[in-house]
Amino acid sequence: MKPTDTSNPDYFHKVVDCQWGCPAHTDVPAYIRMIAQGEFSDAYMENRKSNVFPGILGRVCDRPCEPACRRGRVEDKPVAICRLKRVAADHRDDITARLPKAPDKSNGKKVALIGAGCASLTVANDLAPLGYEVTVFEAMKTTGGLMRTNIPQFRLPPKVLDEEIGYILDMNVDLKLNHPIESLKSLLDENFDAVFVGTGAPRGKNLELPGRYDSDRIHIGIDWLESVAFEHVKSIGKKVLIIGVGNTAMDCCRTSLRIGADNVKVMARKPRGFFKASAWELEDAEEENVEILVNHSPKEFVIENGKLTGMKFELMEYKVDDNGRIDRGTSVGEKIIPCDDVVLAIGQDNAFPWIERDIGIEFDQWDCPVVNEKTMMCGREGVFFGGDSAFGPKNIIWAVEHGHQAAISMHRYCQGEDIEDRLPDGMNLASQKMGMHEWSFSNNYDGAPRRLMPHVDLKERFKKIDIEVELGFTAEQAMQEVERCLNCDIQTVFTADLCIECDACMDICPVNCLTITHNGEEDDLRTRLRAPAENHEQALYVSAELPQTGRVMIKDEDLCVHCSLCAERCPTGAWDMQKSTLLVPYAKDEISDESAQPLAGASA
Amino acid sequence: MSYIAKPKVTHPGMPKNKLGLTARDYEGTVSTLCAGCGHDSITAAIIQAVFELGVKPHMLAKMSGIGCSSKTPAYFVSQSHGFNSVHGRMPSVTTGANAANRDLMYIGVSGDGDSLSIGVGQFVHAIRRNLNMCYVIENNGVYGLTKGQFSASADIGSKPKKGEPNKQEPIDPVSTALSLGATYIARSFSGDKEQLVPLIKGALMHRGFALLDIVSPCVTFNDHEGSTKSYAHTREFYYPVVDMDYVPPAEEIKAAYVKGEVMPLVLHDGSTIVLRKVADDYDLTNRAHAFKYLRDHFDKGEICTGLLYLDESRAEMNELMGSIDTPLSHVPLDALHPGSQELKKLQSRYR
Repeated sequence: MKPTDTSNPDYFHKVVDCQWGCPAHTDVPAYIRMIAQGEFSDAYMENRKSNVFPGILGRVCDRPCEPACRRGRVEDKPVAICRLKRVAADHRDDITARLPKAPDKSNGKKVALIGAGCASLTVANDLAPLGYEVTVFEAMKTTGGLMRTNIPQFRLPPKVLDEEIGYILDMNVDLKLNHPIESLKSLLDENFDAVFVGTGAPRGKNLELPGRYDSDRIHIGIDWLESVAFEHVKSIGKKVLIIGVGNTAMDCCRTSLRIGADNVKVMARKPRGFFKASAWELEDAEEENVEILVNHSPKEFVIENGKLTGMKFELMEYKVDDNGRIDRGTSVGEKIIPCDDVVLAIGQDNAFPWIERDIGIEFDQWDCPVVNEKTMMCGREGVFFGGDSAFGPKNIIWAVEHGHQAAISMHRYCQGEDIEDRLPDGMNLASQKMGMHEWSFSNNYDGAPRRLMPHVDLKERFKKIDIEVELGFTAEQAMQEVERCLNCDIQTVFTADLCIECDACMDICPVNCLTITHNGEEDDLRTRLRAPAENHEQALYVSAELPQTGRVMIKDEDLCVHCSLCAERCPTGAWDMQKSTLLVPYAKDEISDESAQPLAGASA
Repeated sequence: MSYIAKPKVTHPGMPKNKLGLTARDYEGTVSTLCAGCGHDSITAAIIQAVFELGVKPHMLAKMSGIGCSSKTPAYFVSQSHGFNSVHGRMPSVTTGANAANRDLMYIGVSGDGDSLSIGVGQFVHAIRRNLNMCYVIENNGVYGLTKGQFSASADIGSKPKKGEPNKQEPIDPVSTALSLGATYIARSFSGDKEQLVPLIKGALMHRGFALLDIVSPCVTFNDHEGSTKSYAHTREFYYPVVDMDYVPPAEEIKAAYVKGEVMPLVLHDGSTIVLRKVADDYDLTNRAHAFKYLRDHFDKGEICTGLLYLDESRAEMNELMGSIDTPLSHVPLDALHPGSQELKKLQSRYR
């Protein structure tokens, strides 16, 4: 193999699994260390820089960081990254003075953002401080989009939403509620320099089965959740069936329990392991005694005397092949399960009845607009998309990232610059050695298991619909959890010229991730390392030829616990621990006039 | 020295030996030697060897004297027996231990100071007795613990960090052992675990005195230019003569060896040492030939390594003495201590 090119920011970025896994590339280890030092406000601001809504995301993020977390490979449970984000939000001081502000003077450019959800709000957050006149058009009477209408209050209290959305609206953002855009064409005729569409994927999927329209007790999940959120619906029958087993289904079943149901079943077509819902959302629902029935494929709604009495299912059997793929299944019987209400939570679609098809915006076979994944611009110049409306349903953190990228494009577009010509990511490396055996971070491996999130008592929580179930970590609990972070951003950096091949680093490494051997092709090398290197998604860090024998130093990045012992035991300083800081450019960094705004990063 | 101990966390894919233990289970406390010391690498090789052999930790006895080398038994197999003796006296203590319990596996770790200066008398007599043990000399040519004075193994012309080059003849443990009739003699290098681990395994399984003279650079006082025991110098003049693999009794010898180039030697317990000859002009069963060969290469400045001499025929100390098989700790007290009447009877036989 060739020596690893660590000048490419992606190399060390990828070692920080959580940050690499996060669409917005939040610097997770950095904010966890700030929490460890009790600097909650700093941790909050570090989060806000990339993910804009730490309080919200600390409760309801899809947390792609956690399945990616190296700790989950070393042991079985990742660091509770998401809930530590909430710690930063819960324990912060008043940070309003540290927030970006709109300048006194406009830059003369006007942008329209359609929808007041997370994607649009991120665009507003990035562009308002640059002097843009930002107008947000929202069809409903509240801000937040699905964060408010589809996520129940017992998971995300409205005051958290109001506070973090308020931070953005306070930057002179012109918010127009109850203002649905019925024609994009006419909006484009108005005097806006750029338009952003962040209207989500608002149409819940229907299930066209016999009996579907013979009862008013069959509900579309996301519409029903919205009605509950706006208090149009205040009750439901005792026996409720939820069709589908995604995260919306989890919200539907738990909401049902709070407005009158006492027997809620989630009906899954496939077996466990093929559910769409996140493991932790399943856990939380099952803790509330929601029953999940597998291998039940909906067949028809049972209507007796004009009343919904149950639902008929086909009982399925599936075969799973060696690659873990499941077949279409075969029906082995039928069963009727009685119920009072059925909630359909089987997915959602994009819907753009208000976008004319003759204004230069191309739509694909799923009725999604064709959008450039890098610039977020569609075929019509000056119109940008983000969030679920761009590529179909994803999650909040993806919407935020779309918003950041769209903001960069909109800024460049408004300034008459090429929107493809964007600043690249940068990377800083700085040694963390403080003395003979001292590092600037807590390098010892703490074998403590993952902290459990304390919950409100099972009896108490159902009394009202807005009792937040998760209590959040206390500062003390957080201090134990932060020590589980492996500080993957403190990189092991190797200088081949200095190595005398004494083997000290190999001998001390607790997880045997270092090997000195003769070079070869990657597949061959992976079989010759001191511990199995079977995770091909994790890189091998290959050195230049070593001076004494011409062999190479190879590090399998997979399970390194960043304990620094290789660097401590190295007599020549060939190994060093260096913090990698990823410099992610935002819209403000695109401003060439340095007096306009102090730049954080992106100077590489 | 490190302020944190090696974390207990391990690679989930760590192989296990026949006892179900991983190599990590054979570790000791964290080393307090200088970072980069060859001794630590030898410690790691010993851990690997006893792990691969599947040694029961409580059946191993670690013996040592004084010096940097003699600290190292603390750094491997915490669950075993150990005796840290007076400077240079490890061979005598091991002789006593071995006489009292021949079931244990003995590994002595010593240095060039401990074995070739203060303890040289003990060292040579342990060889003469063919004491059944693995005797490791971690050889760095200097007294590291007292800041780097030359030891008895320093080569003529070797430069110290400060001061004059050495002018006295070195004592070579390998040729000393050859002349005294040691039955398993090897030399290796701390920086070559591929060669070292099988040599340690063979030495532990050999019946009789097994000497391992291991060049182990002192990274603080003897790893500079002009030193003949540095990492760089050792690698430059490294001369592997015979490489070997150790094959336990039950295992078949892999067919991968090319016939004619390999020589299997069966040890007393049925295990096999498979020699892969590197130098085709070397005969490791002929003492006089070996002596001349090693001396000729030494004169050229080359460091001959590998298994350099093997003799499985000679009886070890307990066999020579005809002492009982049972460890004394397992002999009932009245048999072990028959009383003063029996002693008088015995003495009367010699009057």
